[in-house]
Amino acid sequence: MSDVLERVTKIVIEHLDVEAEKVTDKASFIDDLGADSLDNVELVMAFEEEFDIEIPDDAAEHIQTVGDAVKFISEKVG
Amino acid sequence: MFDLTGKNALVTGATGGLGNAIARKLHAQGATVALSGTRENVLQELADDLGERAHVLPCNLSDAAAVDALPKQAAEAMGSLDILVANAGITKDQLLMRMKDEDWDTVLRVNLESYFRLTRAALRGMMKARWGRIVGITSVVGVTGNPGQTNYCASKAGMIGFSKSLAQEVAARGVTVNCVAPGFIASPMTDVLNEDQRSTILAKIPAGDLGSGDDIANAVVYLASAEAGYVTGQTLHVNGGMAMI
Repeated sequence: MSDVLERVTKIVIEHLDVEAEKVTDKASFIDDLGADSLDNVELVMAFEEEFDIEIPDDAAEHIQTVGDAVKFISEKVG
Repeated sequence: MFDLTGKNALVTGATGGLGNAIARKLHAQGATVALSGTRENVLQELADDLGERAHVLPCNLSDAAAVDALPKQAAEAMGSLDILVANAGITKDQLLMRMKDEDWDTVLRVNLESYFRLTRAALRGMMKARWGRIVGITSVVGVTGNPGQTNYCASKAGMIGFSKSLAQEVAARGVTVNCVAPGFIASPMTDVLNEDQRSTILAKIPAGDLGSGDDIANAVVYLASAEAGYVTGQTLHVNGGMAMI
């Protein structure tokens, strides 16, 4: 879990160019971190690549926050 | 101006006259080129002629899986893929009332669906790099129409609409998507026209002559360049004035 959190956080910081302390569990990509819809798609694709998983579109829609991403990915990679 | 040194370009349909001219021009401006087409020996001849900075990647554009894989192969061969020129195209002309399903399907698949597949696969690297150039070679008839070419014109008009939509999706990432629309271009096909046929065509062209592959290639070089970074979603018509749109 912490490993997933670390890697997700790193991707979010790099991709959205935000400060580390803003990337909290509840931080919404769009509302808090300034992402647009294209950023969201790119983040999902970056997660897929990083963790070698597939995130279907209907699941991706529900990944709105850092915590959502960590939860989904943790369940996937077991 | 229009220096492409350090840029890596994939050109489909590089075995044809236009693709050949486009690949040569991009290469002459300093780009590394990946040449794709169905006839490997023709691609290899062109690559040998260009010398360094040329890669050969044969691909059948009616094979979806092969098309999906092509941009990745190009990026692996060259280190990245910065410029995609979707130039391959076929015709299967027939009046609509006589057009077979297969004539429709094949033309749409090779001309339009391959553009979608190539672009989707090429985009990932471009988005990451925050720089990319996608140039679709469409046709004047995609805008004006032409009897006997409903399938071809639909595919070429489709490329234009596709490019405009995608241009809006990716503009904020430094990726531009444009089309070049050739008019009548001198080719083996126009070489065999008789004097009457030739003069009928030329009468419609204010410039008074057929275009050359280089005329098209120059337009592609411009759209592929850093200088054209603020130009996106456009169709650049290169037709000697035969249609002003």
